[in-house]
Amino acid sequence: MFELLGISSQALFGQLLIGLINGSFYALLSLGLAVIFGMLNIINFTHGAQYMLGAFTAYFLLQYAGLGYWWAIVLAPVVVGLSGIIVERLFLQWLYKLDHLYGLLLTFGLALIFEGTFRNFFGSSGLPYSVPSALQGGQNLGFMFLPNYRAWVVVFSLAVCLTTWFVIERTKLGSYLRAATENPTLVRAFGINVPRMITLTYGFGVALAALAGVMAAPVYNVSPQMGANLIIVVFAVVVIGGMGSIMGAILTGFGLGLIEGLTKVFFPEASNTVIFIIMAIVLLIRPAGLFGRGA
Amino acid sequence: MQRVAELNKEHAVRAYGEVIAFAAMACLLIIAPAFAYPVFLMKALCFALFACAFNLLIGYVGLLSFGHALFFGWASYISAHAAKVWGLPPELAILSGAVAAAGLGAIVGSLAIRRQGIYFAMITLALAQMMYFFAVQAPFTHGEDGIQAVPRGKLFGIVDLANQTNMYITVLVIFLGCFLLIYRIINSPFGEVLKAIRENEPRAISLGYRSERYKLVAFVLSATFAGVAGATKALVFQLASLTDVDWPMSGEVILMTLVGGLGTLFGPVAGAFFMVTLENYLTTIGQWVFVVQGSIFVVCVLLFRRGIVGELGQLLRVKL
Repeated sequence: MFELLGISSQALFGQLLIGLINGSFYALLSLGLAVIFGMLNIINFTHGAQYMLGAFTAYFLLQYAGLGYWWAIVLAPVVVGLSGIIVERLFLQWLYKLDHLYGLLLTFGLALIFEGTFRNFFGSSGLPYSVPSALQGGQNLGFMFLPNYRAWVVVFSLAVCLTTWFVIERTKLGSYLRAATENPTLVRAFGINVPRMITLTYGFGVALAALAGVMAAPVYNVSPQMGANLIIVVFAVVVIGGMGSIMGAILTGFGLGLIEGLTKVFFPEASNTVIFIIMAIVLLIRPAGLFGRGA
Repeated sequence: MQRVAELNKEHAVRAYGEVIAFAAMACLLIIAPAFAYPVFLMKALCFALFACAFNLLIGYVGLLSFGHALFFGWASYISAHAAKVWGLPPELAILSGAVAAAGLGAIVGSLAIRRQGIYFAMITLALAQMMYFFAVQAPFTHGEDGIQAVPRGKLFGIVDLANQTNMYITVLVIFLGCFLLIYRIINSPFGEVLKAIRENEPRAISLGYRSERYKLVAFVLSATFAGVAGATKALVFQLASLTDVDWPMSGEVILMTLVGGLGTLFGPVAGAFFMVTLENYLTTIGQWVFVVQGSIFVVCVLLFRRGIVGELGQLLRVKL
């Protein structure tokens, strides 16, 4: 056991791990936001609510269908992603030709509807969701105790993020997607069904949010407002990273999670606000964001 | 020459419509206490001023601020603190709230205008959330309790505001004064430049206008008026609480302006009265309020983008 500036290694690495877990959620959510914004030109304010829907779907599957975590991690993103596709077809598709702000306002309204409905039935207190049996327990690494589930969250979300990066940046499907982001009209002229791509992109982005929600369920409780405050932090993450780069979103997400964890150890009063303060500093020094391509 | 005459006539008709509408609004508000509770009316007037301040930014510069609760809420804290702890008279309490809001507006504005469009909304939201956490932690705000039992005091040392009628008249005068000031700003040469920036910012820049400065001044003005509204509300309810700085409040003022009509002069007032009345009837349904608000957002964005006053103006073919 060693100590650093009077902080035990247990506390330091424990907080760093929590920071990494938060960072995984920031990365998954800002990745989804960036992909959606690229194709739809809409900032999806419903993202936090869809993260919450993912967690609740996992809870419902366990409670009413007896399907556990491993089913939920597959089914919940599919179910919530499909609901996202319905949302896109019903509401969002009418807004693409309008000013950006209407997309933000509409998705904000949808977030209020989802969160209000769940708050009404489940109150404000959280519902517990237990860690799957295969991932219970943990490893003693000597300098800290590493719970298996938390290690799994970090590794799995990193894998999902990198897969997404690979698909978008290195495959043919991804090249269609990037081309349609740059110039949808031209891509349509080549015979690619861009409207369907837009719908599926939204579904995919929403599914990522739901996946983050399922992974968060055993770490935090399942509660109706779990997404509301998170989404504001994720917005700050997006402003810091800029939405131009997929890898940028992933790196910024994990990095800010770590910084937040460190702040909790050394200066706990600022742990809620540190990401916003970093955002202000980034705006002063690099207004376009760390990985941004102009405003 | 004939065209100029026609244009002048058109302008005269337009101004005529606005004058009539303003006179009607003022008359309605003067006789309103005979039909409705003064506290309800004062609440609606504070929100109407808040929405007008917000509309100055989104309607005339095209900037969507998602953090206006920051100015509203912090001004109400400062004015409540000034009245209760420092013992300042109400006019100075409101003034100190407005000055605080202007200062915060200058800081937030100079950060937020560094990015455009959708980022602007996200930055204002994030900074407002940061200041919300400060409000939770700062000792003088008393956390969840808020600043309670704020004395209304005596206006200019003479008029006792504990009297409900006196308070109503004060709020009405503040509202109408700020409304006229906002009208003057919108129709000044400065306001014309703001509208030019809203329509086509690169062109405004190429004509030699420093759009950043104009946007910043507009942001500070909007924050200041929002501050006046928040500071007045603190005296009316004798309370400053976390509700006023939290993000749902930012959403609410957007909704009021959207329902009334973005970029219309009277829209925010109509929207504020509509929403405050609605919420008055909905107090019994608890969390469903959020669902109702969200549904109104969705309907307004999809079907009703001009808002109440915008549609009315379209119908009567006048600019309101």
